[in-house]
Amino acid sequence: MNKTKSGQVVLNAPYLLWSAIFIVVPLLFVVYYAFTTANGSFTFNNIINFFTNEQYMTVFWRSMLYAVWATVISLVIAYPFSYCMSKVNASSQRMLMLLVMLPMLMNLVVRTYSWQQILEKNGLVNTLLESIGLEPIQFLGNAGVIIFGMVYNYLPFMILPIYSSISKVDKSLLEASNDLGCNTFGTIQKVILPLSIPGVLSGITMVFVPCVSTFYISRQFSDGNIKMIGDVIEDKFYRSSVPDYNIGATISLVLMLIILISLAVVNKFSDDDDQTGGVVI
Amino acid sequence: MKKLICAVIAVLLIVGLFGLSFLGESNTDVDVIDEQYYKNDYTGIELNVFNWGEYISDGSEGALDVIGAFERKTGIKVNYTTFDSNESMYAKLKSGSVSYDIIIPSDYMIDRMRKEGMLKEIDYSKVPNYKLIDEKYHAQYFDPEDKYTVPYSVGMVGLIYNKKMVKEEPDSWGAMWDERYKGNILTFNNSRDAFAIAQFYLGLDVNSTDKSDWDKAAAKLKEQNPILQGRVMDEVFNKMQAGNAAMAPYYAGDYLTMADINPDLGFVYPKEGTNIFIDSMCIPSNSKNYEAAMMFINFMLEPEVALANAEYICYASPNTAVVDHPDYSLAGNEFLYPENQDAIKTEYYKDLDDETRKYFEKLWEEVIIN
Repeated sequence: MNKTKSGQVVLNAPYLLWSAIFIVVPLLFVVYYAFTTANGSFTFNNIINFFTNEQYMTVFWRSMLYAVWATVISLVIAYPFSYCMSKVNASSQRMLMLLVMLPMLMNLVVRTYSWQQILEKNGLVNTLLESIGLEPIQFLGNAGVIIFGMVYNYLPFMILPIYSSISKVDKSLLEASNDLGCNTFGTIQKVILPLSIPGVLSGITMVFVPCVSTFYISRQFSDGNIKMIGDVIEDKFYRSSVPDYNIGATISLVLMLIILISLAVVNKFSDDDDQTGGVVI
Repeated sequence: MKKLICAVIAVLLIVGLFGLSFLGESNTDVDVIDEQYYKNDYTGIELNVFNWGEYISDGSEGALDVIGAFERKTGIKVNYTTFDSNESMYAKLKSGSVSYDIIIPSDYMIDRMRKEGMLKEIDYSKVPNYKLIDEKYHAQYFDPEDKYTVPYSVGMVGLIYNKKMVKEEPDSWGAMWDERYKGNILTFNNSRDAFAIAQFYLGLDVNSTDKSDWDKAAAKLKEQNPILQGRVMDEVFNKMQAGNAAMAPYYAGDYLTMADINPDLGFVYPKEGTNIFIDSMCIPSNSKNYEAAMMFINFMLEPEVALANAEYICYASPNTAVVDHPDYSLAGNEFLYPENQDAIKTEYYKDLDDETRKYFEKLWEEVIIN
């Protein structure tokens, strides 16, 4: 017994050390900077400044709004897709899975940059529109395009957990539902939907979290015009001629808290943690 | 299936690019003025060089591999790293966690570092090639007594415009506030450079410490918001080359690169004046290899090396051996070395005090977040 315990400690040590150095210590730095002034003395002013600054609040609510939209749209697309995917034969499922995964093999920056070029004023889409006699459209710089960019980039994170929870629904339950007189819609509504909720919830968190902290997508798809909270953090640390780590860290901390709160809310809804498809973050 | 094909093509292209980059043999052969000068035995020494990205001839496309050539000639090992803003370079040096032997910052940052005692005086007797630097680049405001710097590269901001979209040649920064070009105007995604344009246009001092001056410039920038397409830095290359925007302020050297690809592009120095910068080689005070650092600086001034660098980075060279070199393809270029240079009003950025910088960064936030 004792032997196993010390063995476990030895086996766990590298992971604990890793988490401590690369997760806990950076977090402590963020907390430290968020609650100190440039001289290192303790203060609550950063937090107060953040919540009373008109610009930061604009950006904050914008980020939340865009992230909610992107999550809802992803869900609306992903659920029917996942359902259909789970209904086709095994080889088609593998093929569809490959198609969903393929874009993720490319770096987010490259994918986003390519889309920016496609949507440009003289880009592929507008060239096509003009060749069939339509007016070119100014895509870049619209909120819709940024949300599109987020949906495009994070949709696989919604599809995968939903697909995995739908496809693991016991077939005998579906047969039972049919035998007892449910039509397809009834089966979806009464059997599949409730059983796939854990997948939906983890999909929501996996899309909402990266969306709310997005920065590169918004910059590329708005030519730097529409700032999201991630952009502001980047500016604070990196672009400003007077880098302000304190307010930068404060914004990061607030963002982390928002994410934790949304995770907690989502977890409240999932009463059964043992369900398949749930992803622990 | 289409996505699969695209992905396969993309992978092939990337693999192809790698293959090509290994095919080109890098050129490290260089003739120097005084072979004897490099004969000292510095084998085993390591030099840490900190420079802007894409700011040295690196041996691509058959050009001279400057670092490789230096290592071969002297036996010194060079650790070459890059930065992308004066501020990030300064922050890294100030943190004291690293020591560099040669840095190449811009004028105002040199001024700040000199005043803070972060630079070491250069012994020009050990840099014989310093005589090649054009007299007019001596005794600049950031190094009035010529003690700390050796100029490396000179650039000026101008207005790049697309002749197909902009009918008459603009002569004023006012074009960037012209409603006719709504949705087609780009500007700098960088506070100081963006402010400078409004300041030049309004006839204000770009180095003003008067807050009301910055307020006026900020108001002017806000006025520009509705007609702006975007704020960009290096994205400007793609935008202008593909004709996605009508005008953008950027550096003359970069205009030449863009015009190579899109011949419809034109370039002017607006009449209200514009920003000029000099990037110079300096030795930080915590350099561990003072002598070798000066040797590196001297090597960078060798006519053949300086020529390769000037051709590569496309900015104006302060080195007379380059300007007069028979092989210099940009010699007398009308944008890099304008004949009416003296008629163009230019201003250097000066290092501003902390309070002013904080003030205009706050204004900048109000301009860009709406």
